[in-house]
Amino acid sequence: MSSTQVTTPQRTGLYDCHLESKAKMVDFAGWEMPIEYTGIKKEHEAVRSHAGLFDLSHMGECWVWGEGALNWLQSLFTNDLSKIEVGKAQYGCMCNEQGRVLDDMIIYRFEDKWLVVMNAGNREKIVDWMSRHKPAGVEMDDASLRTSLIAIQGPKAQEILQKHVDIELEKVPYYGFLPGQVGGIEAIISRTGYTGEDGFELYLPWNEAADIWRALVKEAEPIGLGARDTLRLESGYALYGHELSENITPLDASLGWVTKLDKGDFIGREALQAYKEKGVERCLVGLEMEGRAIPREGYPLHAGGRQVGVVTSGTFSPSLKRGIALASVETGLRAVGTEIEVEIRGRNERAKVTRLPFVKGSVKRG
Amino acid sequence: MIPEELRYTEEHEWVRLNGDVAEIGITHFAQDQLGDIVFVELPAVGFKLQNGKRFGVVESVKTVSELYSPVDGEVVEINSVLSQDSEQFDPEAVNREPYGAGWMIKAKVADPGAVAKLLDAKGYASHTEGH
Repeated sequence: MSSTQVTTPQRTGLYDCHLESKAKMVDFAGWEMPIEYTGIKKEHEAVRSHAGLFDLSHMGECWVWGEGALNWLQSLFTNDLSKIEVGKAQYGCMCNEQGRVLDDMIIYRFEDKWLVVMNAGNREKIVDWMSRHKPAGVEMDDASLRTSLIAIQGPKAQEILQKHVDIELEKVPYYGFLPGQVGGIEAIISRTGYTGEDGFELYLPWNEAADIWRALVKEAEPIGLGARDTLRLESGYALYGHELSENITPLDASLGWVTKLDKGDFIGREALQAYKEKGVERCLVGLEMEGRAIPREGYPLHAGGRQVGVVTSGTFSPSLKRGIALASVETGLRAVGTEIEVEIRGRNERAKVTRLPFVKGSVKRG
Repeated sequence: MIPEELRYTEEHEWVRLNGDVAEIGITHFAQDQLGDIVFVELPAVGFKLQNGKRFGVVESVKTVSELYSPVDGEVVEINSVLSQDSEQFDPEAVNREPYGAGWMIKAKVADPGAVAKLLDAKGYASHTEGH
């Protein structure tokens, strides 16, 4: 959680819906968001076995268009947007000159424009960063406060959503999207998510989202930020402020696969190239505990009698019924099966490097 | 949901006194605020409790919370279903029955009379009001 705002938290267009579902609300990145409804374990299980509904309206959405929009986005983004077609999206990062991560994000390619979707806590920073680097001829519009985002995730997500849309969802590939109507409202329907399950994210006009939520919540469980975190952790996905920050490069967080150093120049590329040639010091691994103790963010990691890294996110895994963590460790310790000890309240508890994702959901990659 | 016969702390522990043995757990309010409890760390039998000092940890899926002793005394028994080595390991007992099967420790207290000075049910109810 990278909340920097100290003002009264803002409310999404679905605030009343959360109260109707008896959510516990918390301040998250300047937004009053549901942390849980019926309980994290129950909500987590609902997404893994059926379908869950998430309010992600706090996230940032910025449109970009104009001549040179592609080249400009390429100069800011670590991944290679020239490789995706219209109707597809791509994950990557924006970095500063030192190659440190400003935010991770998804960029959607439309016929004549682009949509940049970023973390709520970084929205002002990224919109400001983009504005400062924007050349003449490219236009941008931060639509965050008029765009609601609802995700429906789980093995039954497609079956449930299909009844409410006018497009054939089967035709939307993984990391692809189509414009269409949801409950008669114009939306962008994208097969993306953060849970490891198959599912969709719906970009909607701010004021129209509540009716759609109320229709979908009859068949899909509402899911709070608590289960969103256990689901993304089981899937091995990084979260800004935990696995990613301005203190590290994407290479340190094992995001080399979205850092295309040979695509042409982008901000941070030179620093990243030099760092890669010198040797990347850290990597992100998954750890599974042997005992019942639970690893938590900030806990030190030891191997061979010295500290070798730190837990970046840790939780009890509702699917595996034991403690799991994402951790930043020395590159030499990345091999699956490597034994690492997690220091928990002064005691060293045994853990092993595990293949990611910890849990394979219903998501159909590729 | 707040049993009349127990005593309470502002940190949401409860005490049930039987002679000079205090049974200690966390309240319904506490378990509800924490959510699904997945791990409890308790001291060994013989551990010396000090009033107001930490004696263990309770973890929900998302948080780690400290447990504070409501009494001075010595631990004489711990609830085996909360022991991480137990085959009957069942930390959710704290969610289901915070005042019953989810008790945490029993302690021989130095001064049973001191327990009467803790919050009574009415005092604890007003402490948790508005939450």
